[in-house]
Formats: sequence, C-alpha cells, structure tokens
Amino acid sequence: MSIFQYDFMIRALVGALVIGLTAPALGIYLVQRRMSLIGDGVGHVALTGVGVGLLLDQSPVLTAVVVAAVAAVAIELIRERGRTSGDVALAMLFYGGIAGGVMLVGLSGSRSNANLMAYLFGSLTTTSPQDLVVIVVLAVVVLMTMVALRPALFAICHDEEYARVSGLPVRALNLLLAVTTAVTVTIAMRAVGLLLISALMVVPVATAQLFTRGFLGTMLAAMGLGLLASGSGVWVAGTANTALGATIVILAIGLFLLVSVAVAVRRALARRRAVPGPEPHVEPCDVVLDPARRTAPYVGPDTASDTAPPVSPAPVDLGSPHRTAVRR
Amino acid sequence: MTEPVVTVQHGVVAYDDRPVLRGVSLRVDPGEVVAVLGANGSGKSTLIRSILGLVPLAAGAVTLFDTPQRRFRQWHRIGYVPQRIGAGSGVPATVAEVVASGRLARRGVFRPPGRADRAAVAEALRSVGLAERAGDPVATLSGGQQQRTLIARALAGRPDLLVLDEPTAGVDSASQDAFAEALRGFVADGGTVLLVAHELGPLAGVITRAVVVHEGKIAHDGAVPEPVGHHAAPGHDHVHPHAPEESTGMWGGRA
Repeated sequence: MSIFQYDFMIRALVGALVIGLTAPALGIYLVQRRMSLIGDGVGHVALTGVGVGLLLDQSPVLTAVVVAAVAAVAIELIRERGRTSGDVALAMLFYGGIAGGVMLVGLSGSRSNANLMAYLFGSLTTTSPQDLVVIVVLAVVVLMTMVALRPALFAICHDEEYARVSGLPVRALNLLLAVTTAVTVTIAMRAVGLLLISALMVVPVATAQLFTRGFLGTMLAAMGLGLLASGSGVWVAGTANTALGATIVILAIGLFLLVSVAVAVRRALARRRAVPGPEPHVEPCDVVLDPARRTAPYVGPDTASDTAPPVSPAPVDLGSPHRTAVRR
Repeated sequence: MTEPVVTVQHGVVAYDDRPVLRGVSLRVDPGEVVAVLGANGSGKSTLIRSILGLVPLAAGAVTLFDTPQRRFRQWHRIGYVPQRIGAGSGVPATVAEVVASGRLARRGVFRPPGRADRAAVAEALRSVGLAERAGDPVATLSGGQQQRTLIARALAGRPDLLVLDEPTAGVDSASQDAFAEALRGFVADGGTVLLVAHELGPLAGVITRAVVVHEGKIAHDGAVPEPVGHHAAPGHDHVHPHAPEESTGMWGGRA
C-alpha cells in the first residue's frame, strides 16, 4: 500500500494499533462499573497538562500523564465517597480542565490552533519516534496489568462489596485503574485525540458484548475489534486525508451498527427456524384441586417429610369443592 | 469453651446521626446456624454488614475468629453472600467467571488461577445444582439461580463461616430447596452460618438459633420463635408468592 511508504504513516499505524489493542482492555472494566465516560473526563483534564508542558517547554505527553493521573486519582476518591455532590465536583474538574488547557496552550503562543486540534482530535503526523517509544512502552505495561490482574479487577468492578469482604486491596486496585486510565488517555492523545480516546475504550466493548457470553470472551473480542477499527482507521485517514481519531471512532461505531444488525438478523432467523422444544419446566401446582387425587405422589423437595405439616383433609370450606388458589 | 467465630460487643451504628443499631451484642460459636430475624428496617442487615466491616461501627467492637475486626486478615475463612448480584452492567459474565471470584480471597491478587481453583469452582457449582450452567451468562439465569450462583461463589473459597444477607428473598421454591440442601452440606462439613432472613421457609430445619432484631436492639436470642398473632391462627395460610407450599406458618410449620 502506497501510503505506508512514509515513516510517519508507519509510526501512526503502530501507535494506533497499540492503542486499539490497549484501550478496550482497560475500557471493559470502566464499562462494567458504569464509568464509561471517565476517560472523557480525564481527557479534558489532560489538556491542562498539555498546556503546562507547552508553556514550560517540556514534553507535553509527560506533563499530561502527570496532570491526568492526579485528576484520575481525585475523581476516584470523589467516587469512593459516593456523595451526590460528586457529580458536580466531576463537572468542575472536567470543564476546569479543558478551560485551563485552552488558556495555557494559548498563553504558550506556540503554533496556534492547529496544535490544539491535533491534541483534541488526533493527527497522523504528530507522532514522533520518541513519542512512539513512550506510547508502546506504556501501552504494554497497561495491557499486561489489565490481563494479569483480570480476576481481581473483574471482582472489584463486578461486586465491590464482595471484593472488600474477600480481603482484596480494593482501594489500591481502584487507584490503579484510575492511573492506568490516565496513562491510556494521554498516550492515545497523539493518535486519537483527547476528546475521542474514550470512544475507543467503550465502543469496541459495547460491540463485543452484543455477541459474547462471558467476560474473558468480551475482553478478547473487544481487543480484536479495537485493533480492526484503529488499523483500518489509519488506512482510511491516510487515503482520504481525514482526521485520524475521528476516522477510527466512526469506523468503530460503524462496526457496532454492523454487528447489531447481524445479531438481530441471526436472532430472527433462529426464531423462524426454531422447532418447539421440550415443555419448559413447570413447578408442580401447590394446591390440591381434588382431594381424591391427593394420594398421587407429591412431586417436590425431599425435605417435605420433615417440614411439611399434616394437611388437614378439608382446610377451609370456601363453598366450592375446587379451591383454585394457585400460586402466581 | 471453643473460640467464638463472631462476637459483637455493644455495637452501635448510625447513618448520618440516625441510629440503626443501639448497642447490640452477639456471639456465634463454631457449628451454629444463626438466623437474624426482624422486620424491614429493624437493622438486621446493618448488623451483619457491620460484622463484615462494610459499615463502620460508631461504638463497640467486633471480633472475627477471635481477632479484632480491624486486624483480621484471614478473609478466606469468610464466605459472603450478598442480597443481590452486583448490578449487571451489560458486560456479560459467565456463571463460572462469577463463581471464580470466590477463589481470590484464598489465592490473592497476583497468582493466576490454577487447577485447585478450577476444581473448587466446579465443586461449588455442583453443590448448588448449577454445574450444567457454568458457561451461561449470569444475566440469562432466573433470580433464584443467580442467588445460587452467589452462594456457589462463597462456597468456592471453602470458608469456615458463611454470612448470607436475605438469601431466599424472592427466590423460587426449587432454588430455595437447592439452597437449603447446599447449606445442610456446608453445616455437615463443620461450617458455621450467620444469615439474615425475613422468613425461614425450607431453612427452618437447619437453623439452630434465632436472633430477633427490633428497632436496633436484640429482642430475642434463642430458639426459633413460634409464630404469634394471626400467623399462628389455625388454618392460617401464610401465602407468599414465593413461599413453598408446605409451609403454613411464617417459620415453616414446626420450630
């Protein structure tokens, strides 16, 4: 393919593939605990970090990681307290973050709006070789953590109280999740952009869970879908000259719609083809409708013998021989 | 005297200055099956949540296996069964995956699951009668089967003490019986049980002692109380949509 004759395209491709694999592996935990939008919030705050970096003439990626990690820990601590005011506190953090970022980037006076747009929505050309090294190393760390700690992270996201009674270090694991979210957001900002990275954490997971049965299956499928969307995104963006982050996200959402339709069609076909199966299990009727049939073997729990009180022959005469008080 | 499994001394719990437990003392010894009974809002769930450390005590002390709760670290000795499965988020999880969480207390965070873990999960699923549903998504199970999944999760860790919060609320009778069966097996193997219940149903035969919580205090501690008032009237048919048919009284007939 001709577009990959340029080094920057290769870098963009490698960066996007690594992020496409890592973001859903982390995102599945965020989706599971209903914090799908946390990546978006952290992304807002990370922009302030970019501004700080540009202003101080430091690497924006590095300052963004630090600022985003601090913000993610703050968000987690607010969430942990579980107060309604947490909602407002999050809003403050998000909008304060993006406003601070825009102001600081403006103050730094460096190369104007195009720069800001590249951080917000991603770009093919901004990934330098040094950036790529940082992206790959950090992504591998995040990915390995998410895979290796899957049972524990699954437990705290699925049922936090149970995890606490299991003696798991719940707070440490929550903070780990918060910090890895911050790291993933910031390493992805070069390629996908701060405002769109959250989509790559959430959309492949949403797509995968349309057809999977278990958590591990969903995780693997989401990683595959993330890889597919980001890989094809680089190719389309390079060919059609569109913003990389936007292209990847549109493709990911396109995959979601495609899979939704496919699953719906398959279900409809299965329903049409379905032959009536065996009768569903019906619990035995609890009320004796006809006293003469009481000699029939009682189908029920074997504990009946020691807990069942003797049934009086005619409990209450309701004026009808067939008392039809049936459960449910 | 053997070491107590659980003790609570003058436990006080308040939510935002509203007292829920007002000086509760309780002791559970090995091998006992203790039911904590009480009306809704009596504080019975708060009592066991404070024992587990999920709700902080404002005053008083809790010990678990003769260790003050703050210094207790052997969480694998406790199997907790919450009232409901963690709110389904849409991310599917199989029955086996949920039950496998029960091994973490024993295994720790960093060790990957091994053969012993898989065997324990399979055995726990068998004991609640869900072996053939291991690979199914939890969301496709009935309420009673989901409850049994949570019990299997607790059993998978091979605990010494099971703590259950309203395990039979809204559960179909087939699941209640499977549950009573699993509990009986656990007790026969020397386990201790502390459970919160609104009504006992098929569990009545397993319970060795009942503690009734009323307005944040222990109103009764001893034998399972006889039903009183209209519950005890002859011919009283205490019909619950989920009650097993053999129970004519709130406590399942005989106490």
